[in-house]
Amino acid sequence: MSVATLAAEPLVRWSWVGSHLDLVRSRFLEHIELTVLAVVIGFVISFPLAVYAHRHHRVYAPITFVAGLLYTIPSLALFVLLIPLTGLSVESAEIGLVSYTLLILIRNIVAGLAGVPEDAKEAARGMGYTNRQLLWRVEVPLALPVIVAGVRIATVTTIGLVTVTALIGKGGLGYFILLGLQQFFPTPTVLGSVLSVALALAADGLLLWAQRLVTPWARVRQPVRVRGAA
Amino acid sequence: MPNGMISFRGVSKRFPNAAQPAVEDLSLDIEEGETVVLVGPSGCGKTTTMKMVNRLIEPTSGSILVDGRDVLQQDPVALRRGIGYVIQTVGLMPHRTVAENMATVPRLVGWDDARTRTRVEELAGIFRLDRELLDRYPAELSGGQRQRVGAARALAADPPVMLMDEPFAAVDPIVRASLQDQFLDILRRLRKTVVFVTHDIDEAIKMADRIVILNRGAKVEQFATPEEILRAPANAFVEGFVGAERGLKRLALIRVADVGSGEGPVVSPSDDAGVARRAMAAFGSDWASVVDGGRLLGWVDGPALDGRSSVGEVAPRPFAATVTARSSLRQALDAIVTSKARMAVVVDEDGRYEGVLSIERISQEIS
Repeated sequence: MSVATLAAEPLVRWSWVGSHLDLVRSRFLEHIELTVLAVVIGFVISFPLAVYAHRHHRVYAPITFVAGLLYTIPSLALFVLLIPLTGLSVESAEIGLVSYTLLILIRNIVAGLAGVPEDAKEAARGMGYTNRQLLWRVEVPLALPVIVAGVRIATVTTIGLVTVTALIGKGGLGYFILLGLQQFFPTPTVLGSVLSVALALAADGLLLWAQRLVTPWARVRQPVRVRGAA
Repeated sequence: MPNGMISFRGVSKRFPNAAQPAVEDLSLDIEEGETVVLVGPSGCGKTTTMKMVNRLIEPTSGSILVDGRDVLQQDPVALRRGIGYVIQTVGLMPHRTVAENMATVPRLVGWDDARTRTRVEELAGIFRLDRELLDRYPAELSGGQRQRVGAARALAADPPVMLMDEPFAAVDPIVRASLQDQFLDILRRLRKTVVFVTHDIDEAIKMADRIVILNRGAKVEQFATPEEILRAPANAFVEGFVGAERGLKRLALIRVADVGSGEGPVVSPSDDAGVARRAMAAFGSDWASVVDGGRLLGWVDGPALDGRSSVGEVAPRPFAATVTARSSLRQALDAIVTSKARMAVVVDEDGRYEGVLSIERISQEIS
């Protein structure tokens, strides 16, 4: 197809979409899988590092330096550089995707833990919480809004980045974007882009909703007036 | 044998990189059931001293016994669960409801739900917290309510010892006074041993059974009852710290009952005017209390009796203020200076006349 014929091509050719529904569904699911896997692995790596950095402030700078270094590598280059090491595989895709979540997640988890009111921690220690109880029953619950905010950014970022992994044969919805670009055929590119954006918005909304569900206290701000209000 | 519920034995605390020790060779015995207030200028080591009791701060040397057991030999977590702890900023868990906050220590030590719930409701009653507040979050409470929830939480598992670090410093003065009264009442009733830290000498005088006045390095300048500290400050430091109006502050600590009331001019409505005048003259007074069958009706003065044959023909005028045996001498003094009679009339709870208190009698008490 030439550039001239491309101009005449409609933005979305619905017949093409209709005939590729199965492929759309499987790529869409792959996109979700790659994203969830990356964010979950990223979180599993980030959480202990962040807790450690929170307890030992000296290691915070070196940890975020390494995570920041990973974050600055251009995604296109990173995925291509990984091919000789791990091939055209899910591993290659995930190594890249996970790398990009680390800085966001570590920073937000540390910020969340640092924002826990000092008096709540002192009272907890004074009442006989062990360090473990303090972490799981006080610090993590109170840091949750900030931690989830980090997970939301990491998730939205990852959903965008997954499309780039189409270059190494994965890519979820990125497959369609690449297909359209290679064939000068806008329909799959538009389809992949729109679905990717929709997925990002949906994931963001879902996480926000889940966070509000588990942190009902975070929205309460006004003192109530009742009898005996001294 | 230990001498008290809480004993400091030659305790020192030296923080790293600090030129002076925060606490130096402190020895102190606090008896069971008493409220001891540690008071002193900021940086004197009073909070450090208190926090060493539940090992939030570890002493550098010396030993601290609670109920005869060295705290350094105990697991700090178990130790803390057995000691109530209240801090200035309260430190309620923002993500837990009021009831859950109050249930913190019972949950940590493994009480079952029913027992915990019963205890929470009992505490809500003791601290006059509305039941509808129990399912609220701390952010929904007023400052005074938070402070009461904090204290209720500290008392939840019924610890024999309470540590209170400036618990009323963050609330406004009116709420503070009311919280102080409530706490005094509750702590006396529950017979807790309390270590209370404040920088406010007036709060110390009000709350304490005994006051420890601390100087830098937690040096004990005086350890005595509030009355004794006001009456006989041990040195210039204590005198300066206690500040002006020592006499007035002391008056607030002495009850009318401690002094007793004296006889004053009394007439009955059935007395004729001549008898009434002689009753006044006997006290060198130009007025008398009118008492009928024990009840105080008011007062009459000489001029009011002019041209009358008996006291009953004159309507007694009410006293601006009377005091009872439970009133403080400070209140009695106020009654004296605001009344035309220059006397405080003492009545019982039912308004029956008991006697009078003069300014001479009061100044005799504090001089």
